[in-house]
Amino acid sequence: MTVATVPNRSRWARLPVVHQLRQSVGLQRGMLVAGLIITAIFLLTAAFAPWVAPYGFSQLRDADGLFGSAQPPSAQHLLGTTVGGFDVLSRTIWGAQTAFLVIVFALVFSMFIGILLGLVSGYFGGWLDRVLVVVCDAIYAFPSLLLAIVLSIAISGGQSGLWAGITAAAGSITVVFIPQYFRVIRAETVRIKSEAYVESAKVLGASTGRIMFRHIFRNATRTLPLILTLNASEAILTLAGLGFLGFGIEPTQAAEWGYDLNKSIADVSSGVWWTAVPPGIAIVFVVLGITLVGESLNDLADPRLRGRRRAAKGAGLVAETSVVPGGTLTAGPGGVDGLESGETFGDQGIEVKS
Amino acid sequence: MTTTTAPAPAASGNTPKARRTGGGLGRYLLIRALLIIPTVFILVSLVFFLMRLTGDPITAALGGRLSADQLAERIHEAGYDRPLLIQYLEYLGNVFTGNFGTTISDRKPVTEILVTYGAATLELAFYALLVAFVVGIPLGMLAAYVRDRWGDAALRVFAILCYATPVFFAGLLTKLVFSVWLGWLPISGRASTRAQLQMQRLDDPTGIYTIDAIRTGNPDVLADVLLHAVMPALVLGLLTAGVFLRLVRTNVIGTLSTDYVESGRSRGVREYRLVTKHAYRPALIPIITVIGLQIALLLGGAVLTETTFEWRGLGFMLSQYLQARDFVAVQGIVALLAVIVALTNFLVDVIAAIIDPRVRY
Repeated sequence: MTVATVPNRSRWARLPVVHQLRQSVGLQRGMLVAGLIITAIFLLTAAFAPWVAPYGFSQLRDADGLFGSAQPPSAQHLLGTTVGGFDVLSRTIWGAQTAFLVIVFALVFSMFIGILLGLVSGYFGGWLDRVLVVVCDAIYAFPSLLLAIVLSIAISGGQSGLWAGITAAAGSITVVFIPQYFRVIRAETVRIKSEAYVESAKVLGASTGRIMFRHIFRNATRTLPLILTLNASEAILTLAGLGFLGFGIEPTQAAEWGYDLNKSIADVSSGVWWTAVPPGIAIVFVVLGITLVGESLNDLADPRLRGRRRAAKGAGLVAETSVVPGGTLTAGPGGVDGLESGETFGDQGIEVKS
Repeated sequence: MTTTTAPAPAASGNTPKARRTGGGLGRYLLIRALLIIPTVFILVSLVFFLMRLTGDPITAALGGRLSADQLAERIHEAGYDRPLLIQYLEYLGNVFTGNFGTTISDRKPVTEILVTYGAATLELAFYALLVAFVVGIPLGMLAAYVRDRWGDAALRVFAILCYATPVFFAGLLTKLVFSVWLGWLPISGRASTRAQLQMQRLDDPTGIYTIDAIRTGNPDVLADVLLHAVMPALVLGLLTAGVFLRLVRTNVIGTLSTDYVESGRSRGVREYRLVTKHAYRPALIPIITVIGLQIALLLGGAVLTETTFEWRGLGFMLSQYLQARDFVAVQGIVALLAVIVALTNFLVDVIAAIIDPRVRY
């Protein structure tokens, strides 16, 4: 409603998310904005964790002595303490930082490798293409968590400090995601490389590298923001799953939500809720936010699902001016049955194909 | 093209099109079946080499507990001191003949683990899929029916929540609420000890507790087994239900704007009937094709769900062996799951091809 016509759209308005934000209407805009706000909160928490968190993630004591084990929420510890004696609120906040680091590493690596492989495979074709497609399809169909487990054993032997843990988690998530970027970029490359402008670049003598990165890649990035957001949320879930199965990062090295949840299985049976709920809510909250952004981008990219502001207006007009609102057609030439069996209306010159 | 495929297209009821594209169902099935081989081969090789990057499995499992001499002896005994390539070829040969290795920690053949615990995972997956269908499909149709209104937004947020909640967190929450606080449902396991004893008395029990419980003829046992299954099935099922909901919604909205639905609408067919009768069926076809990928999600989720609820299936055993650092067992189970995933994907593709001729093109 706000932006009717924008004659000269600035560079800013053409940025991926900003463009979609302007394009959206109604509920869709609401979902996108909600997702963006949640994601922003997550990013800010990750960036300012040292200042936001009341204690350190591996802090066991302060000036008054030890925190104590499995203390219920109090003024001192707003969300209580774990059995190991850590402050739950602090670990939940610090966990955002770990999650953020893993997402960034995983996405940068998988995007870089996946895009490169996709471009090469799609552009050159041949046996390399065929092999890569089969390999990526095999990996794509396999449970990503299982693959991540195997990879994390391979990378770190299952034992993790902060950076070893982050590389193990990020590395395993990377391999799982490469096929997704590969498939998308390869499909786009195959489509684009037969376009006329690529042909003319070739004729002009542009180098293969230039054609691949300048002419094809620049035009193949359409769906990347969408995959990026969906992968970011999947990365958090995979990291949490790994942590839950005992491939997390040691609590003295960093705070990790999945690891904390794993440690809280026993607490739940004895009715201690405050160790399980905060890290779990944190995961749900962040994944929800990022997925909302991704889903909205997806809908806005698909004309069938995009908000129907203009369509709704048009439909209103049609309904007002239409001579046949609803039932009149039943009295048509063939009646309803005629329409259903898909007969042709030869005498009226309208052909209804079945 | 080939005469051998003649009966198959006839069964599918789309002979002209199939003939034109030159092969039809039979050819498609053959190619699809052959594709299982490279898929399994790639995954098994990948898992093999990744697991060997860290060194031999015996040091990983028993290092520190045995002396260096004993370790070397065990390594030699198991053949892990030979060149990697020879080990790899031997492993491939073993996998090909259905031998997935023997665990280090308790010296059980991996195939025996499958036989003992596979039934539990199968049962869980079945219930979870049931929940996913019963919850996901009607809600997806409802969301498409009320699209772009508040009900739609609420349902979509619900779908995202289903996906965003890690299964183990959902499991912990349901355990906390329904078992610890309300005391309605058993907290973990597949059945209480008493029920288990009754089922063990059967001659050759199937391991699928629902069937075994029915065979005991004791309603208490059946109730016990079903009550134990409620939370795990719900938790794992909702994960997939969210995916189904989204998929059905998107596809029903897509089919709602097709010509034949428009023609129905212009005849005055009510929107409700359009959704439930006209647009719903074609929207189900993509679901069948997507179930193949859901099997992977379901198996990954089953590992976490089984661990949370101590549901003694393949996933639970996998996480047990992970804790014990028994990587032969892990490798075996993962390779086995790769075969299962490849086979189910094949089956799903076959069903999709039989239902929808367009899949085969």
